[in-house]
Order: sequence, then C-alpha cells, then structure tokens
Amino acid sequence: MRAWRSGSTSRVIGSTTRTTYREGARRIAPIGAAAAVFGASFAVLSHTAGFDGLAAIVMSATTFAGSAQFAAASVLETGGVAAAVAAAVLLNARYAPISVTVGDQFRGSVVRRLLEAQLIVDESWALSRRSDGRYDRRLLVGGGLVLYVCWVGGTALGALVGDRLGDPERYGLDAAFPALFLALLVPQVTSRRALAAALAGGVIALVLIPFVPAGVPIVAATAACFIGWVRT
Amino acid sequence: MSSVWIVIILVGAATVCLKAVGPVLFGGRELPLALSAVLFLLAPALLAALVVTQAVGGDRQIVLDERLLGIGAAAVAIVLRLPLLAVVIVAAAVTAGVRALS
Repeated sequence: MRAWRSGSTSRVIGSTTRTTYREGARRIAPIGAAAAVFGASFAVLSHTAGFDGLAAIVMSATTFAGSAQFAAASVLETGGVAAAVAAAVLLNARYAPISVTVGDQFRGSVVRRLLEAQLIVDESWALSRRSDGRYDRRLLVGGGLVLYVCWVGGTALGALVGDRLGDPERYGLDAAFPALFLALLVPQVTSRRALAAALAGGVIALVLIPFVPAGVPIVAATAACFIGWVRT
Repeated sequence: MSSVWIVIILVGAATVCLKAVGPVLFGGRELPLALSAVLFLLAPALLAALVVTQAVGGDRQIVLDERLLGIGAAAVAIVLRLPLLAVVIVAAAVTAGVRALS
C-alpha cells in the first residue's frame, strides 16, 4: 500500500521490464476498435445536433474526449451554448487531476509535453498505470496515439456515412462504454482503499445523477479519493 | 460564427489546457505525499463513476434499461477473463438483442 511513496522504484522497474510505445499500442488495440465505432457514432449523433462532418472531425481532433463531445452535442440541442460548454468542460475537469498523476513522467520541451499531454484520455491513462501505483508514459503515449487515430478516423468515417447508419442504440453501443469502463476498473481495484474509493465514487455519481447536469456526478465522484487520507 | 463552432473552440481550448496541467505545469515536480495518497485513488473512483453514469445515467434521471443486462453480461465476461473487445462486444450484442426482442 505504500508502494506509491518510493519514486526510485520506477527506475528499477523501468530497467527490468522495459515498456515501449508499441506495447501501449498493442494493449489498447481492442479498445481502438470500439473507439473507432464510437467516433463514427459521434459524427452521426452530432449531425442531428447541427454538427456537419467537418465540425465533428475538428472536435474529435481537438477535444479528443468522447463523453465530453457527446455531452456538448446533446446539450447544445436543448440547453444552448453556455450549458453545452459547461457540461463538456466539467466532464473534462477530471483531466486536471488525472494529468497531474502522470505529469512527472513527461520530459522535453513545453510544446512536446503539451502535445503528448493531449493523448491523455481515460483509457490510455488507466492502461498506463502500473501495479506500483505509478504511471508509464510510453504506454500512455503509445496507447493514446492508437486511440487518437481510431477516434478521429472513426469520426471521419461516420461523417461520410452521415445519418444513414441509423440509431447507435439499436446496436447496443450505448452499453459498450460502461462495459469498457467496468473492465478497466477491475484491475484498478488493487487494495481495500481502492475498493472503497470505487464504491464511494460510484455511489456519489449515482446519487447525484437526478439532481445535477450530466458531467457533474463524474467530477463530484473524485471526492471519493479523499478516502486516501483515512488512516487504516 | 455558429453556436456549433463556438462550442467546439471553447471546449477544445479548455480541454487542451486541462490535459496540460500535469505535464506542463507540474512536469518533473514531485507532488506532496498527502496529495499523492489522494490521487492514487482517483482511478477507481472515476472509473466507477463513469460506469454508473453511463450505465444508468439519463437526462437528470436514473434510467434502467437494456444497458444493464448488457453490462451484466459484460461483468460475466470479465469474470471469465475474456479479452476486452469480447467484453465490449458481449455488452453491445446482449443490449441490442434484448432491445430487438422487447
């Protein structure tokens, strides 16, 4: 449980089991297929909210965060610009603490770090977490690049198909994402504290869903991490 | 400028900055121990919240629909240690199947 304390372990582990960008790409490949399909469904769904193909592709390339993009497109239709931006930004607020957890792994110029940081998404971040609680930048960048190409490429394909694809819910795609996150959650529960944080995070989100705009429950659930201050 | 492009520019700019907080502002710096203890638990807390919000989240309401059966099937697939793509396909297929039948 104290593994995350020692910064020196990363060097030791790095030299014994050296990871590569390719390893990250290989491990994320199964999710890449799902990301491409969802990228396509983003183009199709946002089309109904007034996004043309170019708009969908540009948003996928610049925001590169699926749930926020879906939130922005769906809220814009009914809630207007301010609500759409707020929902998406709140949804992505988690990337501030998430990026801090991996921040010490990034090297090089500000521009390089800024660009590589854009490859941080839930999936590439979760993938890059090692059993000692630290993060591996190569896994993150390798996996993130694959996801980026799949996400933007899928969006472009979806833009070509337009709205001929029909309703993604008919194919059960709306259940694929939570299933994905569940599969990514299981290996993260490595201690009693992690289990408690997961349960608390899930409960916080569940309780808040009816009362706050989409996106807020996810941000609020980060409060569960303060379980880390409870002495065991 | 259309509202669509305003949203794309604002959300894009904000997201680029949020993702850069760690690598650009905190790069190379060690975080205080108390902060690390908390950040260590962000992954399970956030992932659980993502599972919940995307499994039963609706427009400001809890929605219990075919998704739950798909996710239940996915849970079985996870327990059986099937590959990730299989887990995702099982979830989508079960959900779509139940929807088609109902």
